Formats: sequence, C-alpha cells, structure tokens
Amino acid sequence: MKKVYAIEEYCLACHLCEYYCGFSHSGESSIVKAYKKGAPQARIQVEEGSEVNFALNCRHCDNPICVKSCITGALTRDEDGVIRVNQEKCVGCWTCVMSCPYGAVVRGHGDKSVALKCDLCTESGDTPACVQGCPNRALVFEDRGDAK
Amino acid sequence: MPVNYIQPEFVVLRNSDRCIKCRVCERQCSNEVHTYDADGDVMLADESKCVDCQRCVTLCPTHALSIEENQNKLRQNGNWSNQLIYEAYRQAESGAVLLSAMGNPREYPVYWDKILLNASQVTNPSIDPIREPMETRVILGSKPSKLEFNEDGSLKTKLSPSLKLNIPIMFSAMSYGSISKNAHESLARAATELGTYYNTGEGGLHEDFYQYGPNTIIQVASGRFGVHPGFLNAGAAIEIKMGQGAKPGLGGHLPGAKVKEDVSRTRMIPLGTDALSPYPHHDIYSIEDLRQLIFSLKEATRYTKPVFVKIAAVHNVAAIASGIARSGADAIVIDGFRGGTGAAPTRIRDNVGIPIELALAAVDQRLRDEGIRNNVSVIVAGSIRCSSDAVKAIALGADAIYIGTAALLALGCHLCRDCHSGKCNWGIATQRADLVKRLNPEVGYKRLVNIVQAWNHEIKEMMGGMGINAIDSLRGNRLMLRGIGLNEKELEILGIKHAGE
Repeated sequence: MKKVYAIEEYCLACHLCEYYCGFSHSGESSIVKAYKKGAPQARIQVEEGSEVNFALNCRHCDNPICVKSCITGALTRDEDGVIRVNQEKCVGCWTCVMSCPYGAVVRGHGDKSVALKCDLCTESGDTPACVQGCPNRALVFEDRGDAK
Repeated sequence: MPVNYIQPEFVVLRNSDRCIKCRVCERQCSNEVHTYDADGDVMLADESKCVDCQRCVTLCPTHALSIEENQNKLRQNGNWSNQLIYEAYRQAESGAVLLSAMGNPREYPVYWDKILLNASQVTNPSIDPIREPMETRVILGSKPSKLEFNEDGSLKTKLSPSLKLNIPIMFSAMSYGSISKNAHESLARAATELGTYYNTGEGGLHEDFYQYGPNTIIQVASGRFGVHPGFLNAGAAIEIKMGQGAKPGLGGHLPGAKVKEDVSRTRMIPLGTDALSPYPHHDIYSIEDLRQLIFSLKEATRYTKPVFVKIAAVHNVAAIASGIARSGADAIVIDGFRGGTGAAPTRIRDNVGIPIELALAAVDQRLRDEGIRNNVSVIVAGSIRCSSDAVKAIALGADAIYIGTAALLALGCHLCRDCHSGKCNWGIATQRADLVKRLNPEVGYKRLVNIVQAWNHEIKEMMGGMGINAIDSLRGNRLMLRGIGLNEKELEILGIKHAGE
C-alpha cells in the first residue's frame, strides 16, 4: 500500500507538514481560518536534531500493536491497510500512545481528549496534505511493497 | 552604539489578519530577520538583515508576507543616487572593496531586446516542428575546411575531437565551492539526461560526480584548483578560463569559510583557507603561451578531448579571439559583461567589459573575414535569458550558448544577489549543511531538464517560423535578424539591417 515516507536528508524542519496536516483535519475551508479559530493538531510531528530532521507519522503497520492494545476497539485496520481511530469509541486511555513503537499516536487536546493519528488524508484527497505541502519533497507518498 | 547611516533596503510587511504564527519564516531565514516573541505572542522582523531573497514569502502557508522596497529616501539628487550615497557610507565604515554577486544589474542597453526575428510568409513556407523533423543537434569543435576521402570511400581527413550536443544549450561554469554540492548534482544529472554538458568551474570535480564525466566540461583556471590527471581525463572537454564576464581581468576569491572539508579535498587546498585565483595565468603572457597550455592539456588527455578557451568580452575581443582561433583551441567561449558570479567587486562587475551581443557579432565577423571561423566553435555566455535570446545569438554566429543565471533561477534562485554572504536561503550559493539540503537534487535536476526542454521547443518553433529545419542553417544567418531603435554604428557592428530594410 502507499504510505508516507520521510527522506531525512532533505527535511528542513520547517514544520509546514504539521500545519498542513492540522488544517487538513480541521474541517475548515481555509488555513487562516483554521488556525485563527483554534489550534488544529497535527498527526505528523517533525523530529528535530542538530543535523538530522524528519517528519514522523504512522507507519500503518501490517501487524499493528496499537490496534491490539486498544481497550475499546476504537483503533482498527481497514481492508486497505489504513489504521484509523474511531473518535466516538476512544476513551483517551493512551494505551496506544504508549504501545506504538514509533511514537506516532498523538494525544488530542480537544474538548474530548482522544487519540489522533494519520489517516493518510483518505477522506480529503489523493495525496496526503503533508506530502503536498512539503517544500523540498522530503515527504513522499509511495508504495514500497515490502515495507512493514 | 554609534549611529548607523545605512537604512534597511527593504521592509517586511506582515498581514496580521493572515499570519498564523507558524514561524516557518523564522525557521527558514538564514539572515535571522524574523523572530517570534513569546511574551507578546507576536512575530517581529529585523529588516536591516533582509536581502529580499523571498524565501519566507514563498514558504509562508497563508501568503501573509511581502517584502517591499523601503520607501524612505534620501533627498533626491540626479547625480548622487541613493545607492551611491549608501555605498559611500558603507565604504566609509568598512574601508573595504564593495562586493556584489550575480550579473551586472545596471540599465545598460540589452541588444537582444533591440533585435527582431524573421518569419516566413507565402514564398518560403514555414515548418511545423510538431509535424516535421527539426534538428537542434550541434557539434562543437574544430571543423576541417575540406574533407578528403580514400579510394574506398572512407574518410581520409583526420577529424578533431568534438562534442555532440542534442540541444545547443549548456550549463556554464559554476564551481563547487561557489555553489553547493546539491546544485552541482542537479546540473550534472540534468546535463546527462538532456544530452548536453555542464561545466565544473574552477573548483575541481567532487569524487561523487566522476560518474557524470561524459557530460562534464572540466575547467582549468588560473588557480589550478583540483587539477590533476584524473580530473583532466574525467570529462568530455577541457575549458581554459582566461576571463569571466562578471569580472574581466580579475581572478577569483572563495572565502575560507566556504572551504569546508569536501571543498578543501576537491580543490586540493588546506581546510578553511581562502581560495585565491590569480588575475592572470602566471604561465600565459602571449598567444604562444596559451598554445603551450592548450597542447599540454591535449597531451595530458592523449588528444582525445576538445579544449575550449573562455574569455571575457572586452574591448579587443575580436583580435583576441582571432589569436585563440590560431592557437590550437577547439572552441572559444565569450562571456559578456552581464554574466553572473558568486562574488565580484561591485565597481568591476558594473563597469568592465562589453555586451555579449556586440562581442559575438564582432568575433564571428572577424573569424569569417580571416577565413578561420571553421577552426573553432564559438560559444556565448553572459545573460542569455530565454530561448529567443538563444536564437538571436545563434543567428549572430554562435554555435552554442551557456546558461548560468537562468539555470540557477530554475533551481530556485531569486536573484537577491547576496551569494557572497554564503547564506543562500535557497541552498545554491552556500556550503552550510543545513542550507545545502534545501535544494533537493531530485527536484532540482528535473526543473533544469524542464527549462532546457521548454527552450528547445521554443527554439524549434522560432526556427520553424523562419522556415529553417536545422540549427546549422540558422547559425550566422543574420538576414533573419533586424535591429529596432539602433543607430548605424550598432547595426554595423551587429552586422544586421534595420527593421523595414
């Protein structure tokens, strides 16, 4: 399946992916409105170092520990391989946050504190917003076959 | 703090209705113009550091930024422009030579804009390049004045080594050091894909780029940086750089700060030392000396590679070119006074040299008059800005053109002319690792391929319009050109008629 991959060699740590991700999941029509109204949270996070940076997000594992560890069944793996969180079911126990080996699940700060994670923007378009917004093609959306 | 006479050149305008304080401007500005003030929850700007590179404007996700000229003006004076006054202040403070980068920005006449192209009507039908074959291939090198054949029909005449270009456009010399490794990789890969050539500049060839050798022109300049037998044999041709359009008569100076480990190894000079190219080649004081160097290089490469000689367009360019054409060189490169550079003294860049259009016309005519035009190919550089400039150059007599600034623009350069600071926000004219990575060669090389292919399509369209189906039929075909708004002398030098004639 197609996944988002980070190319750390070209990541500038500009954090634009985070802003485009937050906007994409905000449900607002403009990025200005989305951020003026509140602070939409990103599902992707830039890890910054002195020399190496990269944008981290869900790996959509074939054998996802987060799904196994979810106590309410809010996390599921779709037929197409995308791992989603059902916000209605999530109770914010953060077991997934602790169990994800990549640290890719984000704790939501909204009215209802639920887990947030990358859904590959499957509802809003073909290419995830983070990939579209990356100014240096340090994020790519591609099928690498064997990647777990 | 003493009074600073120099006012910021630009103002940063931030539309607070749009700014979402994502701080991308702050993270991306190597000049540290933007800062976020947590106390006031506000973005601030120190405009005195802004060079108008447009990086923040381009990356701002809400289009909240614009950089504009500072409207503050000194009292108007027809003789003393604001710029001259500020330059005087700057020198009074620093005591130093003024430095600038990229090409001469002053408003001298651009002859390309005063030349018009012809097109066929009725009697000589035009050719549609989409439907009919159109040839833009060029062979560079010395051509025999006649061919002799053996009895069995095989060629008797010994041909000189030459270069085959699919497209009459090459990437001009920009050294590794003056531009980044990623910029070089983009140029090398683009040249390979396009079937043309890029030029190493005088900084040697990074070991990672030997693989692109068949599409590389190796430059030997007065500093001889990175020159060794492996380097000379790595490319498809060798270019001796006698001069550069942006700073005719001068050498080069790569500041020690840019001589990082890789640059130091490639140039074969100590880490962190200034790379100073002498003004002249210390072994060349005559055409005979030049001939010696040409043949030394030919000897070192077993007579398998053409040798180019690059000169700046200066007053006596035609006579100099005539000498070069007799010295054993396979091609002459003429670099006009608008040619770019990573750093040059401002007064030199803005006042020395002549326009490439006039130099090209004069050189081509002189070589024809002397019957030695076939000895050499003529390549022109120094601000060929678009495909119509290229067509006009070829019609004036050029075999091929070099593009430097246009190539950098394709890579993201915004012509802020601050290359000499080494803080290029676009990852081009810098050696700072965090900035170099801003130019992803995967993106860069494709953009270069795109621009050259687009130009080539346009060249074919213009040729087709003239009813010409091969670039060889356009070369030196000055009847395809007409001047507009030029005086008699200019028309005479350009060797073209005025529009309406």
